[in-house]
This record gives sequence, structure tokens and C-alpha cells, in this order.
Amino acid sequence: MALDGANDGMVQLLTPEGQLVEHPDFSYQVDDAEAREWLRQMVLGRRFDIEGTALQRQGEIGLWPPLLGQEASQVGAAAAVHPKDMVFPTYREHAIALSLGVEPAEMLSLWRGTRVGDWDSEVRRFGLYTMVIGAQTLHATGYAMGLQLDGMVGNPEPDRNAAVLAFHGDGASSQGDVNEAYVFAASYSAPVVFFCQNNQWAISEPITRQSKIPLYQRARGFGFPGIRVDGNDVFAVKAVTEWAMERARQGQGPAFIEAFTYRMGAHTTSDDPSKYRLAAETEHWKLKDPIERVIAFLRRRNAVDDGFFTQLDQEADDFGAAVRDACKQLTEPDMSEIFDMVYAEQTPWLNQQAEEYASYAESFDVESGSHS
Amino acid sequence: MTTMTLGKALNSGLRRALDADPKVLLCGEDIGKLGGVFRITEGLQKDFGEHRVIDSPLAESGIIGTSIGMALRGYRPVIEIQFDGFVFPGFDQIVTQLAKFHFRSHGRSRMPVVIRIPFGGGIGAIEHHSESPEAYFSHTPGLKVVACSTAQDAYWMIQQAIASDDPVIFLEPKRRYHEKSEVDTERVPMALHQAAVRRHGSDITLLTYGPMVKTCLEAATIAAEEGTSIEVVDLRTLSPMDMVTIFESVRRTKRAVVVHEAQRSFAVGAELSARLTEELFYVMESPVLRVTAYDTPYPMSRVESEYLPSVDRILGTVDDSLAY
Repeated sequence: MALDGANDGMVQLLTPEGQLVEHPDFSYQVDDAEAREWLRQMVLGRRFDIEGTALQRQGEIGLWPPLLGQEASQVGAAAAVHPKDMVFPTYREHAIALSLGVEPAEMLSLWRGTRVGDWDSEVRRFGLYTMVIGAQTLHATGYAMGLQLDGMVGNPEPDRNAAVLAFHGDGASSQGDVNEAYVFAASYSAPVVFFCQNNQWAISEPITRQSKIPLYQRARGFGFPGIRVDGNDVFAVKAVTEWAMERARQGQGPAFIEAFTYRMGAHTTSDDPSKYRLAAETEHWKLKDPIERVIAFLRRRNAVDDGFFTQLDQEADDFGAAVRDACKQLTEPDMSEIFDMVYAEQTPWLNQQAEEYASYAESFDVESGSHS
Repeated sequence: MTTMTLGKALNSGLRRALDADPKVLLCGEDIGKLGGVFRITEGLQKDFGEHRVIDSPLAESGIIGTSIGMALRGYRPVIEIQFDGFVFPGFDQIVTQLAKFHFRSHGRSRMPVVIRIPFGGGIGAIEHHSESPEAYFSHTPGLKVVACSTAQDAYWMIQQAIASDDPVIFLEPKRRYHEKSEVDTERVPMALHQAAVRRHGSDITLLTYGPMVKTCLEAATIAAEEGTSIEVVDLRTLSPMDMVTIFESVRRTKRAVVVHEAQRSFAVGAELSARLTEELFYVMESPVLRVTAYDTPYPMSRVESEYLPSVDRILGTVDDSLAY
């Protein structure tokens, strides 16, 4: 299959069948507890995603971009993020968001339309979702330049160092901003790792429309290493991301990771993939499921028993119920809030419009709902 | 009081801002050793180092986008765009990201970013070097837009813009860079978002900003010889506009003409005309008239003096207003 990157130097440590494999540069020091935790995060991430799609279908949120199939890329990457690091997401990073402690309600408020950006990005170490494709890669690079200026790169004490993880997709690789981000990052040796989830599809356009060469090979042209990793292998993603982030923290500059994965679902709940891709392709990728392979691995090692899965299923069900509740309990916004959100230092002109709106709103008779 | 050129005043203001706050950074193309194509940042890299006066790769979107990231990290980047017509590769980052960050973070993230843009024509330049893009930015919620016209304002307004916690588009009248005037470096003359009455008059108000302030003052001097008393208001701030000063002036003179180099349609003049009509409809003796560039792309430089508002066109329009 043309899109299959298995023969293209792709780092893989765990096969789709759940077998550990050797790699000359990367390895996974097996830790059953850690593997169980990543499995748990992937299961909860997938559950969150399923709930998101369902909430859209029920009319509770306006839109949802599913992450189905990309759980290992995100959970593996999250495992390589340190407390002082910073992550800049696209709008599909629900699983890494959960892993970093963003509340489901904080994410759902954007899609329900009750808030425009709810989480405190400095506290969560996770930037706001960005809809303009690739725009966040420049913010990530600038933030990384700020870390350099703050002296948080290349210190002998590892705790003092930090780096930035910048997400983008395969479609974004065509954007000018993303290419400019590579140039700036290389030019200043900024501590930023570009993490491209190549899920093969930019809405309806296949990766072949974006690039004639494997994406990871582009990095070399910008002057930093690029590496392709099996994006459905949480062990490999963790190992590769940890390597890239650590060298960035140590002052060795940017790196590019192409997490080779697949968007099992639609681009968003408004999309219809049956119009542009074959079901056989999706079936092929089902065999590479990121969650099933970890289950197979842990079962083979007798590192899990049925009780573990009963408990995990229960946790996922409880979590799903909590997600649905949290969504429906989101506070309705008040139109009058928006006037104070525009500037740090309010302007008289906008204040005047706030007053104009307030007096218009007051002109309604609240009891009967009629205009006085 | 010292006398200096507008360009030197900007340089001194930037130097003082760099001195005052270690978080202030300058970013832009050729601003280091060269000191910028207009030499506004001359000597600053030598004195503050290349980590604070940063020569950027040649990519405007990259400069603005990375500055947003640095602002998120607590820095106060001051960007130099080389010429007005070259800001557009960065337009997306300005209007979709920079302008909206405060809003989309519900006020958590502040964007103390200044984008300096040499603007306007009159220098005999080739295309994309003489434009007046202020309406695009003034139309965008989340941005503040100011224009200096004197050395004194250049010196103080750049420091005030840098101190602002909101993103500021800072327009510099490039054809006035070399003109000298007095600067008081001791005393802050006025707040950033205030208009200034440059010349008092009683018959009509000229509302203008940037490079046209001087042209309007020249027109007022000539008109005075003919017995017409023109008041000249330098707007200084286009977003927000200082409506207190503007309304006060027009309430007295009852007539207003807006003068700017930007094309006529959907521009500052149109906005001022609407606001004056809304507020002073029964006070005014004539409609708000506009002296502007024409609604064409900026032309070949050999005809720019006819394309741009001139003293003659301004006086003609003043006569039209008075005769109304």
C-alpha cells in the first residue's frame, strides 16, 4: 500500500500484534505499570472522543473533530512532556489535553459555544486550540525563543530546562506559517519539537496532495533532524518524543517527528469520508489499532487480568457519564461579557457599545419576553 | 528641550524603552547591524545585544507569529515592518491571532506587541512602498492603531505603545522621518489615545493624522492669510479615536473635513463622517467632506503629488464646505 510507511525507516517498538521489536536507536524499557497507565489514558481519550461525537449528534455541541485512531500519538507524546514544557495543539488534541490535566468541560465549552477558550494555558502547559491551520507553530517557536531568553535551555541541571511541543497535521505541512516556523526554529536553534500527526487525510485531500516525499524528510532541508515513528505505537512515540524533547531542552535545537497514523473517523462531525476514501483503507488501518496492540502485549505478559479490564471499562463508563453531565451543565454565556474580553485596557468607544447593548437588553420585559 | 528628527526621536524612544524594561525586544528584518532600512534602530543592537535586537529571517508572518509566542512567554516584542506594503504576508497572524488572543483566552493572555509600520507616500518609491493600510487594522477589534506626526510624539508615543498591554499598530510617516522638531524628553505630554489640536481655528476643522498633519498646517497658514480660520486636529490615535476632542472641535467650528493619504472608501474619513453625523447632525452647517487618495492602487511615483491630498485640494474642499 502506497501510504504504508513501514518500509521507510519508521520507528516501531510494538507491532500491531503486540510484539516488542528491537530498534537500533530507540528502545522501550518495559514497565508494566507505565504501559497500563498509557493504555488507560488511551481508553479514556477514545471514550472522550466517542462522547464528543455523540454529543454533537444529540445537538449538545455544534461540532466535534474526532481523534479516533490517534490515541497513541497523543498519549505517547504526553508522556514525554515535563512540567515546565509547553504544548501548542491544533484542535484535535483531546487525548493529550486530558493527559495534561485539561478538564473535559474546558474543552467542550469551545464546541458548545459557551466559551471561546476555557483553559488557562500557562497552568495546563497546553495552548489554546487553534483553528487557523498551522498558525500555532509560529507561536510555539516564539515561545521556545522566549525559553531561550529565559535561560531555560542547556543548563547542566535538567530540572531547569524546558522545551516546546508543537502539534500540526499533514495538511498544515503545506502552510506558509508552518514552513516559516521551521525556518525560525532552525535559525535560532529554538527548543521546539514539531510533532506532525500524519493521519493521511486533510479533510478530503490525501497526503499525496501535500507532499511528494515523506514529510519527515523535509526536516533535513530546514537543517534539523526528522524522524518517522509509528504513530499507533505508544511505546515508540514516547521514546522518539522523549529523545527529541530532551535534545531540545539541552540546547541542540529543533526536531521534527512525523507520527504516521490514521484518522479513523471523519475530519469533523460535518464531514463524510465515504465520499472520498475507500472503506478498505480504513479496514486496513483497523488492524493497526493503537489500543488493541497494548492490550495484546499486556495480556501476553500476564500483566493484566480480567479484573483490570472490568475496572477500566467501569472507569470509562463513569468518565463518559461525567463528560455528558459536564457538557450539559456548562454555564450559558452572557452577551455582555464579550465587550470586556477585547482589550486589556478598555476603550471608551467599546464601552459605549456595551452600554448600548445593555440598555437594549434591559428594554425587554423579562417576564413576558416581549419588547417594551 | 532638544531638537531632533522624527526618526531620531523614534530611535531615542526605543532606546529608552529597551533600557526601562528588560522584557522589551526588537524584531525585524535588517534592524541589527544595518539599523533598519530607515536606520530607526541604528546602534541599538550594538548596545543591547543581538538577543534583544533580533534580526529576523525574511518572513513577516514568521516575525509576527513568533512575537506572539514571545509575548505569551512574558516578553514585549516591538516589530519593525520594513514598508507598509510588506505587512500583508503577516496579515493573517495580525488579525486572526494577535488581535484575538486576549478575547479567545477570556483575558488571560495579554499581547503587548507593537508593530511599527513606516507608512504613506511622497518619497518617489516603487510599488508597495507608499501605502496607507490603516483602515484594515482600525477595522479589526482587538488592535489599537496610532500614528505619530512629530518628533515629540514619535519619542513618547512609541514608549507608550510599548507599555500598552494591548497590541498596537504604530504608523510612522516615513516621508517625515528626516524633519526636525523639538522634543521634551522629561515630561510625558499626553496620553497615547488622545488627539491633539495642532492649530486653533474657528471656521472649520481639519481632521487628519500622520504625514498629512504638516500638509494641513500649511493649508491652514495659507487660509489664514485669506481670512479663513482653520482648526487642525491631529487624531494621533485611529483606534480608539478620541471622540471627546473631535466632537469638541467640530461642535465649535460646525464644519469638518477629513484629510488622509489612504484611499477614500471604507476608510478613516468614512468612519469619522458617520460618527460626526450621528453625534452632531443638528450642529453642523455642512456635510463632512473628505480629501483623500483616489480609489486606485498607489500609482507610479511621477504622479503621486497629484494623487495624494495637497494643500491646493485641501483648500478647495475647505471652500466647498464653507460655501455649502
